[in-house]
Amino acid sequence: MRADDTLPPAGAPRTVMSETDVSRALRRIAHEIVERNKGADDLLLLGIPTRGVELARRLAALLHDVEGADVPVGELDITMFRDDLRTQPTRAPLRTRIPATGVDDQVVVLVDDVLYSGRTIRAALDAVADLGRPRAVRLAVLVDRGHRELPIRADHVGKNLPTAHTERVMVRLSGVDEAGDSVTIAAGETRAGRPSTPGGAR
Amino acid sequence: MRHLLSSADLTRDDVRMLLATAAEMHEVQRRDVKKLPTLRGRTIINLFFEDSTRTRSSFEIAGKWMSADTINITGKGSSTSKGESLRDTVMTIDAMSVDCVVIRHMASGSAHQVSQWVDASVVNAGDGTHEHPTQALLDAYTMEQRLGSLEGRKVAIVGDLTHSRVFRSNAITLRTLGADVTLVAPPTLMPSGIGTWAAADGLTLTDDLDAVLASGPEAVMMLRVQRERMSGGFFPTPREYTVGFGLTRDRLRALTAANPEAVICHPGPMNRGLEISADAADAAQSLVLDQVSAGVAVRMAVLYHLLAGEEAAA
Repeated sequence: MRADDTLPPAGAPRTVMSETDVSRALRRIAHEIVERNKGADDLLLLGIPTRGVELARRLAALLHDVEGADVPVGELDITMFRDDLRTQPTRAPLRTRIPATGVDDQVVVLVDDVLYSGRTIRAALDAVADLGRPRAVRLAVLVDRGHRELPIRADHVGKNLPTAHTERVMVRLSGVDEAGDSVTIAAGETRAGRPSTPGGAR
Repeated sequence: MRHLLSSADLTRDDVRMLLATAAEMHEVQRRDVKKLPTLRGRTIINLFFEDSTRTRSSFEIAGKWMSADTINITGKGSSTSKGESLRDTVMTIDAMSVDCVVIRHMASGSAHQVSQWVDASVVNAGDGTHEHPTQALLDAYTMEQRLGSLEGRKVAIVGDLTHSRVFRSNAITLRTLGADVTLVAPPTLMPSGIGTWAAADGLTLTDDLDAVLASGPEAVMMLRVQRERMSGGFFPTPREYTVGFGLTRDRLRALTAANPEAVICHPGPMNRGLEISADAADAAQSLVLDQVSAGVAVRMAVLYHLLAGEEAAA
C-alpha cells in the first residue's frame, strides 16, 4: 500500500542494467576471477539458487572462452542454514549439487545475483564448511546494493547500486525468467526486518 | 503443519513438498559431514512403547543430523512400567519444554490423544492398527525414485490388512498422489467395514493375489503378518497363508513376466518364508533397503517442516 499518492506507483521499475550491461559485467567478472586466481586451476563455481546458479553457468561459459578451461559448476542451496527460519513458514529446500571434485582444496567462488544484508552469504559459508575445506572462498555478485548487516564483502561485483532500504532490486535472467536479462529497481515496501524476498526481488 | 498424526491430514501439496524436501535431505545423507544446523536448540523425544528398529533409529538419526537434541524413551525403561499412565508420562515430558514428541504406542488413536495434552508438536510413529504416516511417505518416496510420478500407477498392497497401520497410511497417501490402489488379503484379514472406505476412496478389494500379479502392477507392497497382534485363527497354518498370499518364487516369476519393471516393497521386519520368499526379498526389483535409506531423509523432511518454521516458533 502506498503511503503517498504523489510517489510513482510502487510497481514502476527503473532499469539500472540492460542486457548488454549484464553481459559486459559478467565478462569482466570472469576476467577478474582468472586474474585473481592466476588461471583457472582448482576453481569451482557454486551458484546460490535460483539466479546464482544461472549466473555461475554463464561465468563458467565465459571462463571457457577466456581461458579455455572447463570450470566445474555446482549448486548450493542455503535454506537449511538460514538464520531467519523461525520467522517465516518453511519451504522446500532447493537443489544442492556439488561436482565430483568436491570443495576440498578448491578455490570456491560463490555466485549470487544480489548482495544485500549478507545473511545469505553467511549461510552459504556455513554450508560450504559442512562440505569440506576449500583453499579459499570468494564471492561474485551481479549487484551489490549495500545495507550489509554482517562483515561480508564481495570480491567481484557487477555493479554497485546505492539503494534505499525501501527499494526493491529485481534481477531477471533469461533461462530463469520469461523476460531477457535486466536489473531493475522499484520503490516498494519491504517487509520490516526481512530484506530478502524470494523470486528475484531483493 | 503442527502435528503429523494421520496421512489424511496431508494435502497433495503437503506430500509433494515433503517428498521434494526429502530428496534434498537424501543428498545430505551421501555427504561426509551429515549435519545441518537447521534444528539447533530443538529437543525431540522419541517415545516408543512398542519395539522398533528402523523407525526409532531413523527418527533419532534424522533429528541428530539436523542438530536437534534427541532423546529416546522406551516403554520398558520408563515410569509406565511402574504404573504411570500415558497421560502422566507425556505431561511430564511436555513439562520439560520439549519441541517435538515422536510417539509409537499400541493403542490406536494414542498420537491424536497425546496431541491434545501437550504443547509440543506430535509425530505419529505408529499407533496400534491405525496409522503410520511417515512410513507411507517414505514408501511413496521410494516408489517415486524408481517409478517416477505415481499418478495412475497400479500399486497392490498385500497381506495382513486388519492389523496394518502401514497399509492404512499407505492407501491414503497413494490415493492422495493419484495412484491406483488394490488391496489383497484373505477375507479373515480384510478389516471389517473396509468396503465403505474402499467405495468412497476408490480402492479395489480382492482375495485373488495371482490375478492381481497377472495384471502387471507397477509396485507390490507385501505386509508383515503381525503374529504378535493376532489372538485367534486368522489362517489355518503359516504354510497355507504362504500358498494363498505369500510372494513366493513362482509368484515373483509371474509378476516379472507380467511387468518386468515392477518393484517390490516391504515395510519390514520381514518374515522370510511367510509373506515373502527370500528370492523376492533379495530380488533386483526389491526396494526393501531403499525404503530404509529413504526413512531417514523423509523423517528429516517431516521434522524440518514441523519444527523449523514460524508456526513452530509461535
